[in-house]
Amino acid sequence: MEIYGLGIVAFCMFVGSFIGRGIGNLLGISGNVGGVGFAMLILILLTNHFKKKEKPFSERTSKGILLLSSLYIPIVVAMSAKQNVVAAFEGGAVAFLAGGVATIGALLLVPLISKLTVKENNE
Amino acid sequence: MTDIINTLFTSYDLVAALGIVALIMVVSYGFAKMIGQKRMGSAIAIIAGLVLAYIAGRYTGGENGLADVSLFAGIGLLGGGMLRDYAIISTAYGVDINNIKKAGLPGIVSLLIGVLFSFIVGAAMAALLGYTDPADITTIGGGAVTFVVGPVAGSALGASSEVIALSIAAGVVKSVLTMIITPFVAPIIKLDNPTSAMVYGGLIGTTSGVAGGLAATNAELVPYGAMTATFFTGLGSLLVPSIGYIIVNAIF
Repeated sequence: MEIYGLGIVAFCMFVGSFIGRGIGNLLGISGNVGGVGFAMLILILLTNHFKKKEKPFSERTSKGILLLSSLYIPIVVAMSAKQNVVAAFEGGAVAFLAGGVATIGALLLVPLISKLTVKENNE
Repeated sequence: MTDIINTLFTSYDLVAALGIVALIMVVSYGFAKMIGQKRMGSAIAIIAGLVLAYIAGRYTGGENGLADVSLFAGIGLLGGGMLRDYAIISTAYGVDINNIKKAGLPGIVSLLIGVLFSFIVGAAMAALLGYTDPADITTIGGGAVTFVVGPVAGSALGASSEVIALSIAAGVVKSVLTMIITPFVAPIIKLDNPTSAMVYGGLIGTTSGVAGGLAATNAELVPYGAMTATFFTGLGSLLVPSIGYIIVNAIF
């Protein structure tokens, strides 16, 4: 059933966020350290596990998960429509330079670090 | 008449938001098709969302863009952290575990370099523009990491609320800029495979920026970028007020 798919993702979200918040507590920072990442890993491990056992999720269950992931872009559009864009424009030179240069610089580092690791893999 | 419409929009707020987003996307994808750039549909929709957020922010004076207009309050729920994270997690379905393993090391390297790089750049800009107090410089540097790290560092170090607001603005600039320019620079930085998407997520780190940027570039890469980006803010909140502050304090 489709709802099983929604439930599986909900389960991963709660277990992952529990781990993320637990790590946050241990490190003494309020918040969720990588909760979404852990949840994604759990979902990947779960699906791979059931596939190996030759018992993959039924078509309707996976439809539930796919429904959610197909809502992802609309949700991102809604998210962009609720950003504080005015503050970004009015933050002044410091905000613009600090945020802007950090972004552009980090983008330019992407090919460098991807390359580095390709080399390491070949060795 | 207007009363009835108002009541409808406010009592069915989430449904209204779904309808509005559908409308934004129909127009954006139609426009993309018209100019012969079908792949740019989601990028245009995201930019349209940002433009609407700007107009609404000017009009209401609020911080939540379109969600501050009472008719569109459901945008706040639909575009909020809960549904965003729920949907991001679901994108991991069908991801090949070998791709994750292959990019594990690059992912970790990019996270460490990403946090340090953004922090150093942000702090350097603050120093260049005349800030001398180490707590202020650290806070603005934290804002260049993400708009969560700035306030976390600022309140830990006792920076003024004006500087904390600036650090949030720096983080928002980063997030908005990432959403806008990623699809355009993607071919230049070879953002076209799972490994580079994980490196990108680890280097940029702002969850909303990475989510929007990858969605506008190639939706298949979203789970890889999102996976590393989700560790970024936590790592920044940990490193910036501690090691970051110690370094800045030693220099100034």
